[in-house]
Amino acid sequence: MRKNFIKREYKNFKGEILEIPGRTAAFFFLLTLCLLPILSQHPYLLLVLTYMNIYAIYAASWDVLGGYTGQFSMGQGAFFGVAAYSAGLLNIHLGVPFWLTIPCGAIVGVASGLIIALPALKIRGVYFSLVSLAYPIILTGFVFAFSNITGGEMGLSGITAISNDRIVTYYISLVIMIISVLTMWKFTDANSKAFRIGIVLQAIREDEISARCSGINTINYKLMAFGVSAFFAGIAGGLYVHVIRIIGPSTLELMWSFNPIIWTIFGGMGSIGGAVAGVFILYPFMEVLRIIPEFRMLIFAGLIIGIILFMPEGIISWARDKIERECPRCKIINYVTRQRCRACDANISSGRIFK
Amino acid sequence: MIETIIIRGAMVGAVYASLAVGFSLIFGVARIINLAHTAFFMLAAYFMFSLVNNFSLNFFLLIILSVSLVTILGTICYKLFLERIREHEGAVLLVTVALAIAIQECILLFYGSLYKSLAPFVPGNAEFLGVTIPWQELIILGVTIICLIGLLLFLYRTNCGLALRVTAQDRETANLMGINVQRICLLSISIAIGLAGLAGAIVGPIYTLEPLMWAHPLVMMFAAVILGGLGSIKGSFIGAFILGYTEVLVVFLAPEGSFIKGPVAMGIMVLILLIKREGLFGISFEEERL
Repeated sequence: MRKNFIKREYKNFKGEILEIPGRTAAFFFLLTLCLLPILSQHPYLLLVLTYMNIYAIYAASWDVLGGYTGQFSMGQGAFFGVAAYSAGLLNIHLGVPFWLTIPCGAIVGVASGLIIALPALKIRGVYFSLVSLAYPIILTGFVFAFSNITGGEMGLSGITAISNDRIVTYYISLVIMIISVLTMWKFTDANSKAFRIGIVLQAIREDEISARCSGINTINYKLMAFGVSAFFAGIAGGLYVHVIRIIGPSTLELMWSFNPIIWTIFGGMGSIGGAVAGVFILYPFMEVLRIIPEFRMLIFAGLIIGIILFMPEGIISWARDKIERECPRCKIINYVTRQRCRACDANISSGRIFK
Repeated sequence: MIETIIIRGAMVGAVYASLAVGFSLIFGVARIINLAHTAFFMLAAYFMFSLVNNFSLNFFLLIILSVSLVTILGTICYKLFLERIREHEGAVLLVTVALAIAIQECILLFYGSLYKSLAPFVPGNAEFLGVTIPWQELIILGVTIICLIGLLLFLYRTNCGLALRVTAQDRETANLMGINVQRICLLSISIAIGLAGLAGAIVGPIYTLEPLMWAHPLVMMFAAVILGGLGSIKGSFIGAFILGYTEVLVVFLAPEGSFIKGPVAMGIMVLILLIKREGLFGISFEEERL
């Protein structure tokens, strides 16, 4: 009985993960992240990895809204900042521990996301992008206006850390990252049998009027996308504030809202894996560039321009095209090295179905 | 006080107007959200700074020189980086952000991060009906207004302007009617960057030059464009003046005004959008209507 169970699980694992190159890569990548502290416990490395986990959640949360639903928000920093401020202020003024402040921050983030969604239900496209840019800036105004609570321009410090041990902090952020990213991936997956949401969101992105004509209440789905995106951005914000242990208006700056967009488009818009990969490629690169601080941002900008010119769909979409091939008959994804489809045995090597 | 607010507001509004009209033009014709627009504005200001310090020519010549430099640079950037990826909306946006960062970093490398300022082109004040106004503010106001009127005349009175407006309305039909859409896009970008450069070149004595001076005008420009209605040149113009006056009023009247001038402008924009969703003068396009 138990032997059968193991056998069945292994078979599932093989079919669902090992046979699909993108998922294999993602699986081994996550495995490496889990095992990395065994190899090196350098505090700086662990800190950078913790930040990368947080930013991966943040970038993926933007991808839910911008890449999948087509609401090209340039104000993701609003969700992040609201959650960071509420988590930080709860911790400083009321002494609430981190495991409570992070969910609280995420819930406040959802509330702000739903408020931001109100105009988004009326306007679309570039209008919405430019309007969403306004929210972090308006929030900065509140931060300055109530500077006796929020600390104003200088911010506040003295937030309790998640743990004094860097390894524990790292693992907590890693677990939260994996859970969040997998949830977002399931949420937006168009082929998912369990949820119908992913395909609806993509339909809204492609053509909202057609989606409405097909009997989809697009407003509900858009609100849902905003809620989910704001929730995970909020979790990232709450985690961030407990790792960096200060809050200031820098989380509401223009660049802070552009960052997830840069990471996601760099990795590949419209795929959660692309957003995560964008963070895990660009952020370490930026850290390495700290050896030449004067040229750091310049090289960064040059790299983005150079890569986007050759891979406008993003680096992950480009790489996936190189290692994956979709069977033209049954639409199952195969390794590019396979001659015949693993499910229906069609010849896929030459691009023709039948000989 | 009141006369200072009136003149200051008009001047700030005129600067924002020349940015917003250019941004609107690029968006309308080439369908590019140019986040690097104000970076070129900043670049022109810094060019002007170098030129004034190195050549003792007439300031009018120097302005023309720096504006043409920035225009050429902007056009080259479009040709090299943006033209071939124009169909990918996200990629275009990312490249314009990267361009803005690159310009900012180049300025940081060549000029350093210290605040710089220029001497007024014409020192002294003008006496006008018992009101004292610095000549520099009048120059900024006059030059930008003249250039904007020139742009409007170009757009509405010449064949080339007609081609620009037609391309903005319907790209494919314009192409079928024998308009060279590529060239029209290039033209619109040169005009828009030139306008931004002009504004940058003349505001040097009023604004403080620093590598981050592009961020605030960018936000105000967005707000002006949205407020007036995307795709409407007139709307951008009026929106810019509304925001210019708002900004000056907030700075003069509110304590810590310079901190909250951005938030207040954004708040006004969101309020107006909630009341009238296509902006003040916006045309709601078929594909953008819901």
